This record gives sequence, C-alpha cells and structure tokens, in this order.
Amino acid sequence: MSTETETPIADDTPEVESPPKPVAKKLEAAPVVVPAFEKSISDKIVEKFGDKVEVGFIKEDRVRINVGRENVHDVAEFIRDGLNYDHVESVSGVDYPQDNEIEVVYHIGSYDDSSLARQILVLATRAQRETNPIPGNDATRLPTLRDVFYSVEFHEREVFEMFGVFFEGHPDNRRLLLPEDWADLPPLRKDFAIKGR
Amino acid sequence: MLKDLVTPENANVFVGKLGDILEKAIGKPLGYAINWGRIWSLWPVHIETACCSVEFGAASSPRYDVERFGIIEAFGSLRQCDLVVVQGTITRKMAPRLRLVYDQMPEPKYVIAMGACAITGGLYFDSYNVLPGIDGIIPVDVYVPGCPPRPETLIQGCMLLQEKIKRMKARKFV
Amino acid sequence: MTFKLPPGLALQKVDERIMTLNVGPQHPGSGHMRLIVQIDGDYIVACDPDPGYVHRGEEKMAEYRNYILNIPHLERPVIHDSCNVLYPYVLGAEEILGIEVPERAKYVRVIASELNRCIYIMYWLAIYGIFLGHSTMFMWPAGDRELLIDLMEKMTGARVTHAHFIPGGVRNDLPPNFEDVCLRQVNYFEKRIKEYAAIFYDNPILIARTRDTGVLSRQDAIRYGTTGSVLRASGVDYDLRVKEPYDVYEELDVHTNVMKEGDSYARSKIPWLDMLESCNIIRQALQKMPKSGSVRTKLKPNPKGKGLDSVYKRVESGRGSLGCYIVSDGKVEPYRVKLSVPSFRNLIALPNLLRGEKLGNMPSVYWSLNYWPVEADR
Repeated sequence: MSTETETPIADDTPEVESPPKPVAKKLEAAPVVVPAFEKSISDKIVEKFGDKVEVGFIKEDRVRINVGRENVHDVAEFIRDGLNYDHVESVSGVDYPQDNEIEVVYHIGSYDDSSLARQILVLATRAQRETNPIPGNDATRLPTLRDVFYSVEFHEREVFEMFGVFFEGHPDNRRLLLPEDWADLPPLRKDFAIKGR
Repeated sequence: MLKDLVTPENANVFVGKLGDILEKAIGKPLGYAINWGRIWSLWPVHIETACCSVEFGAASSPRYDVERFGIIEAFGSLRQCDLVVVQGTITRKMAPRLRLVYDQMPEPKYVIAMGACAITGGLYFDSYNVLPGIDGIIPVDVYVPGCPPRPETLIQGCMLLQEKIKRMKARKFV
Repeated sequence: MTFKLPPGLALQKVDERIMTLNVGPQHPGSGHMRLIVQIDGDYIVACDPDPGYVHRGEEKMAEYRNYILNIPHLERPVIHDSCNVLYPYVLGAEEILGIEVPERAKYVRVIASELNRCIYIMYWLAIYGIFLGHSTMFMWPAGDRELLIDLMEKMTGARVTHAHFIPGGVRNDLPPNFEDVCLRQVNYFEKRIKEYAAIFYDNPILIARTRDTGVLSRQDAIRYGTTGSVLRASGVDYDLRVKEPYDVYEELDVHTNVMKEGDSYARSKIPWLDMLESCNIIRQALQKMPKSGSVRTKLKPNPKGKGLDSVYKRVESGRGSLGCYIVSDGKVEPYRVKLSVPSFRNLIALPNLLRGEKLGNMPSVYWSLNYWPVEADR
C-alpha cells in the first residue's frame, strides 16, 4: 500500500502543468544576466576598497559584500555616505562551527533614495569563534556599527546574547531577551542543543 | 446557672463548643452562600503572558461578551482579584513574575491555564526558554485546551471553574 | 521559605529627585513587556525597555524542523496577523526550494493577507481605545473584527492561526460562493470603519491626548530605522507593497498613506487609513482573480535546498516591513532562520520618544508605535 501512495508523489505528477515550466525557465535564466543596477552598486564598493572586499553574490535587488572584521567599519561608512543607504533592517548571526567562525550579516536598506527602495545591501563579516565561549571576555569580537547606523543598537545587543559576539564600542552591551540568570551557552550557537533533539 | 457553668478557665472551651454547634447549624448554608458569591465575581488579574491574550480579548468583545456571566471583567489591581488566567506560554523570564503576581493576590484564588503552551508547553515543547506547563509554578484549577482556545472554550472553562467552586469547601466556616 | 528576587526586579534608588519606576510586566496596560522609566515629578527622564518575556526561541526551533513543519510555529509571534508574519518565510522557502506558485494562489494570498491586516489593525485599535479610556472604541472594533474573522474562518478553517500559506501556494482553494460573501462583508466593513472617524479620530479628547505627544521627526524616523505606520506617520513615503511589490501587488493599484506630523495622533490614524486601502485592494483582487485553476503546486516529501544559499525576503505586514533571512545548506532543515520583525525595529524609537514626555502620555505613545511584544521577542 505504501508503494501505491508514494508513487504519485515521487513521480511529481500534479494536476497542473505549471511545475515543469519553471524548471525549464530556471535553467535558461541561470547562466544569464547580472542585473546592471546592482552590479553598479557593487562596482562602486569594489572600486573604493579593492581587495579588502569580496562580492558574495549579485541577485535581483540583493547585493552581498563580504568584508573582513578590520574593514567593516570603513565599508559601512562608505555605504552610508557614498551610496545613500540609511538604515539597517536586520542584523543576524550565523554560526559556522566547521569554519570556526561566526558570521554577522547586516541587511542595509534605504528610505530616502527612491532608486534604492527595492535594494537590500547585505554586508557580511566574520568573527572568530571560541569553543568555550565567555561572552564579552573572549576573542569573539567585532567593531560596532552603532555609530554609523543608529538603528543597529538593539539588533547588536540581540546578536551579543544569542551568539556571544561582543561589539567593541557599543554603548550598551547588556542582555536583552534572555532571562537575567541565563548561564548557559549563547543559545543560537550550533553546539547548544535543545532538549530532546 | 450559666454563670456557674462558665468559669474563666473553661470559657474558651465553652465558646468553642458554642461555635461548633453554630457551625453545624448554619455552616453548610452559609458556605453555600459564600461560594455562590464567589462564583459570580471571578475577576482576573490583568496579566497577559503570550498570544492567547488575543482570544481572551475577543471573549469580552460584543459577540461573545463573557461579562454577561459576571466573570472575567478586565480589572486593574491584582490585590482585588481572585483569578489568574494564564494566557499562553510562560517563559523562564516570566515564571518568577507570574509567581510574584500569584503570591500577592488575596485568598481565595483560582488559576485557569489557557492554551496548549500553558498546559504542557504546546508547540514549544522543545524550546530552551519555555516551561513545560505552568503546574510547576502555581496550582491550576482548570485547563482550557486549544492553540489558541476559541472564546467559547474559555467561557466553558470558566463555567467549569464555577462548578468546581460550588462544590468546594468555603474554608473557615465549614 | 526565602524567595530571592531576580536581579532585574530589585529596586534601586537613583537620586533624591529622580525615581525609578517599573511599568510591567503586570500592569493594566500593555501586557508582556516591562519599561523601566526614571521620572522626575511627572516627567520621564529616561526609559529602558526590557523585552523578552515571551522569548520562545523560535529561530532555534526552526533549525530542527523541515520547511513545512516550520509553518505553524513561525506564525505564532503574531497570531492575529498570522498570514502576514508567515508570508516572507514562505516566499523565501519558495526561492530556496525552487517552487513556482500558481496565479490564483497569489491572489488568494493577497486577499488573505489584506483581510488579516484589517483583523490585526482592528485588534490594535480596540486596545488603543481601551488604553486611552475610550470603552466604546474597544467594543466597536472588537465586534466588527469578528466579521472578517468569519471570512478567514470560512477560507482557512481557523479563527486566528490559519497556517494557510505554504511553499507552493495556499493549503485550500476558496470555498464556493466566497467571492460574493467576501465582497458583501468588506463593503459593510468599510462602511462601519468610516464611522470611527466621528467617534474616535474627531474626538476632542483623543486629539488633546495624542496631538503633539511623542513627536518623531522625519530625519529621526529614518535614522532609527523605524518601519510601517510609524515611518509613514513621519512623512516617509515607503510601503513595500508599492516599492518592492511581491506576488501580484504589481498588478493592483495600491495607494500609500502618508502623514507629516509624526505625533501619536498621526501614528494612530495611519493604520485606520491603511484599512480603508486594504478594502480597496481586496475588491480589486477579487475582480482580477482567475476564476478557476490550481492553488498549490504539489511538493515532494521533505523538500531540500540546492546547497549553500541564502535569501532575504520582506513583505509589508500590519505593523511594517517584515523580513525573513533564510540560510540553507542543502539539508531538509533550514540552517538558520532569522525574522526581522517590525515591532523589534520600532522598539528603538520608544526610549527616544518618551524622554521628556509626561508619564500620563506613556500609554498613548507606547501603543501608537504599533508594538506587539510577542512578535518583538519571537
């Protein structure tokens, strides 16, 4: 009985013919076009900083720039002053235990410049990861962007407690969401296992 | 004659016996009356703990209008309340605060655990910051299941609590 | 028994004149959130928001469940706006899994999302009314809200937590005769909410309590990175439905409501104008929607991503732009899910707005930020 139920799903024969089409479309679209406007944004950054930055990807409306931790502050300043981006939408940490690094990703947008309204500039940087973290007192550190983009204040506090990334120069590196007596690992690190899993 | 019977030494005993007789005579009907009074004045503490508060708010909206039963009237001060409706998830940060609120309320007090999260942790059974049910912190009288419970379910839970109070001992008197 | 107070609860004395006051987490106002305010007489000197009372670790949980199992718990942060809070996750998952959505499903999504926006704003309005001591303004929206909840219940089967959007479309097709009922209800709903202007927005008491309180300038609104009604009340014309249209918003005529004042009154009026706009959008979508066709692309069991990939999708929810950042490493579960929620982004404006304000103005400023604590804590 199980084989009977499995076959229609495995065959992927839905009642509509739409699924085959997108596959074909995707294959055609894959090698093509780097969007021009997005390319021009990343070109400006590469022109200014050269080898210090690396373009992660250029998709429609999204440009990703990877920067080392020593240059992230300068690049962010250039993004604000030279490219008219004005606020940070989200700061997310991503833990990569195999690289022994924690990535911090800033999604930067613009309200004032209407040509950039669709755009999100993804600025990614990496901090060293400690196997036995002591949040605030170990080498997991990054320079803060709070003096460049005011809107990162609470986001960086969140990343600090969730990943243990200490932001140097942040005026208020206190705990935000977790209980006051939290004494465990920062919970969003990959080595923090939740119960029963 | 009564004067001879009662001496300063046994006055307390005598009064106590008198009290027993009195209690036997009117204790039961009095207790019933007290419970009856408690049933119709279930006022909850205004403490929202998570998303079930949306349906709690909907329960006092015109369509469901739970206040027509004389219960669940939105009320300010916890010193004058006798019901805690735990509306959803209790996190580890909220748990001591919930206990503080409960401890500050005068007796008698009742607890309704509303929603799956308050009963067992619900969807968040494996989260690192959520308690698996609130029975570990405060004693629960009625569980109202659902995620979130419909307002009708909450009303039914309140009526169950009323039934329960009706059968309870009205302390001190009986 | 000795009960030790958690460190955050301990009282502290700051100055002879300045007193520290804990507002929350239990108080007859906002609910699950604490504001530590320092007051000098009647004036707020400093305010330190303390969120996190409903932090349930959803982002961690998302790393342990596959793309479909993530749906129910990711809509819980805002259960009365559950379609919108799920929307960016679903859009992101579709891009990662490489799924195309049928045309009719896109329209169903837009209708559901707009209905849900109205449901959210009505609840918000009801609480705003009771915050300011206007009991009628609790009763009216709370009652009229049920009209739309009935519609959503017809469409999805649940009162508030729909879990209706899935990667590849929506769960079920519209029930028979839904279009007519929806049109009738929405027309009646629009007529009803227009009456709110007379009782609420033109009410001299409301105007006296909210005009010129908590003024947020245009420049600051941009600098703080606020979003949604807070941003548009400060004169910034930014609505993702117009600026970065997703699904079929491109084909619909959406008008952005902007006010210049930036005070609590403007912030409380913008959502109401948004509701009127939503009614327009629903009518347009009902007209343009294909009358028949599939509403979901069938998924394979346990769909996977195609290797290391990341997407950032955002939609305009009832409170503002809501982003979802998904990192996939080609496994069945996402590697990382991050919700960038509007309440959390607007929170940073609160201490700056309350500074110098009277304590009595706190409720009107606080709730005008369109803040929903469960969402901010995730």
